[in-house]
Amino acid sequence: MKNRLLQKMADLKRKKEKAFCAFLTAGYPSLEKTAAYAAGFEQSGVDILELGYPFSDPLADGPTIQFSSQQALDQGIGVERVLKMLAGLRRRGLALPVIFFSYYNPILSYGPARFVKAAVKAGFDGVLVPDLPPEEEAAFGRECRKHGLCRIFLIAPTTARPRAKALAAASEGFIYYVSLRGVTGARSKIPADIHTHLAVLKKTTKKPVLIGFGVSTPQQARDLSGLSHGVIVGSAIVQEIRKAKGRTAPVLNYIRRMVRAVKSR
Amino acid sequence: MKKTIGSKQWHFGPYGGRYVPETLMKALEELTQAYRIFRANKKVQAELRHYLKDYAGRPTPLYEAKRLTEHFGRARIFIKREDLCHTGAHKINNTIAQALLARSLGKKRIVAETGAGQHGVASATAACVFGLDCVVYMGAHDIERQALNVYKMRLLGAKVVPVYSGSQTLKDATNEAIRDWVTTVDSTHYLIGSAVGPHPYPAIVRDFQAVIGRETRTEFLRREKRLPDYLMACVGGGSNAIGFFHAFLKDRKVKIIGIEAAGEGRAGVLHGMKSYLLQNKDGQVQLAHSISAGLDYPSVGPEHSFLKDSARVRYEAVTDREALEGFKLLTQVEGIIPALEPSHAFGYLKKLMPKTRKSQIVAVCLSGRGDKDIHTVQKFLKV
Repeated sequence: MKNRLLQKMADLKRKKEKAFCAFLTAGYPSLEKTAAYAAGFEQSGVDILELGYPFSDPLADGPTIQFSSQQALDQGIGVERVLKMLAGLRRRGLALPVIFFSYYNPILSYGPARFVKAAVKAGFDGVLVPDLPPEEEAAFGRECRKHGLCRIFLIAPTTARPRAKALAAASEGFIYYVSLRGVTGARSKIPADIHTHLAVLKKTTKKPVLIGFGVSTPQQARDLSGLSHGVIVGSAIVQEIRKAKGRTAPVLNYIRRMVRAVKSR
Repeated sequence: MKKTIGSKQWHFGPYGGRYVPETLMKALEELTQAYRIFRANKKVQAELRHYLKDYAGRPTPLYEAKRLTEHFGRARIFIKREDLCHTGAHKINNTIAQALLARSLGKKRIVAETGAGQHGVASATAACVFGLDCVVYMGAHDIERQALNVYKMRLLGAKVVPVYSGSQTLKDATNEAIRDWVTTVDSTHYLIGSAVGPHPYPAIVRDFQAVIGRETRTEFLRREKRLPDYLMACVGGGSNAIGFFHAFLKDRKVKIIGIEAAGEGRAGVLHGMKSYLLQNKDGQVQLAHSISAGLDYPSVGPEHSFLKDSARVRYEAVTDREALEGFKLLTQVEGIIPALEPSHAFGYLKKLMPKTRKSQIVAVCLSGRGDKDIHTVQKFLKV
């Protein structure tokens, strides 16, 4: 079967459309709710789902995702339950590409080779591990290639050009460009130097670049999509979920506003 | 990736490495380069020696504890007196050196994590003497049990930021220090306090603490014309231990023992390194519980994991109760009030000493003094 993420990126390119990638913390506020949001996101026009598997020590994340992760962990979430949830959604026809986001330790603990096989079988298309640079764990990379699980790498404003080139070459599906120096979380301002960095990056690679970290308003999403191939929104969605107190509609309203903003570019 | 960075020297066997967000990769590479230059620069090395001697009080004494020796009636016991360093612990060796390193990187601000507060105080002190801004992250739980050190840090001009996430101890303070560093990486040096974290930190901190073992080795050869039979130190992250052990690793006849507070876990990744890690079956980090704030860290420096697997160093666990016995023993027999961390090593003596002979020598690293722990100990020991 063809990888849904690669397929999606090719479709978007053909249609000259920008991508909207939405993040959810698996198990926040509950795994059932996560499944309901995932299905609702697809219907609301989300292109890619980034599903965050909670870790006790999320050192690249700000307070919002630290909170949702801890809430999910307190309910006793495990890798198996998340895999089962996605497999269930796939059986019911969920077709959008889904990326597994987590820190490396839960994957290492599960067994990297076993994880890759199980993730692909459950219906994951990609994996993004913020604390795993391509230099570490070559065996994990080989397993991902063998089973067709795309690896997405992050490029930061601090990444030197030769390294950015190597990261872009290693990244599959798209490149995750970190908009700022810092942890995840909504920001009122997007850094001024982002134009310069993206211009350099575009000269370095032909692969699609999505911008994440700090994106929360439709205006920011529109502006950043204009500079790239789309945006990734995480903490702002988790905040909407927190505010919605279990209701789905207000969250999906926000998602639709964000999708419209992105697609207007 | 081979072209841009060779990754082999990042590891101690399968441990160590650089498991960090991309934003930090450049800073770690710059630090690696700066450290290489720092080591080769004779002028800076002379400056470091000057500060260690005239400011920190090195070399520290190697004290033959005759009363403690009599108490067990077996091998002679020697104590390496890191508690006599300025600020009361070995931590100053590393903070002065890293502050000099920060200066050579052109960085004017340092962030640090602290558990017991000794590294926080040593960082604040080094920041003071080199005119750097200093922010120390400390778990809210530790702030409560180490109030004296919190006050000292603030007196020295450091900003102490309480951390309320997770277990509110050293692990979480380290997360928060790394989060700060990711945000301020261009202007800030992360002054890590133990031989942990992403490469090159475990190697840098080991090198800066290795002076403890070098002095000890030289002194034994000069005074006793021989090396000790046993070396012993407490291990949290493991900086005093790796510093004490390192000069002796090639002396295969010297038996080396690291004393831990908690269990050892299995290989995992936390704080930028792969090492032994306390974790549950799902790979979530578990809390280490210890009476001493400096030892309740769920992982250990990667070189210790390597030394454990290679069986060069033996690691033993000691309970809170045994540590308190060690504390009492050293205080009452030798008139030295130890910190609770090295008290673990002294608590292990009652198990080790019966196996030794009178002709042998045991050397223990007393990594810090006990003032900071008096408040905690008061709750357990009645006088």
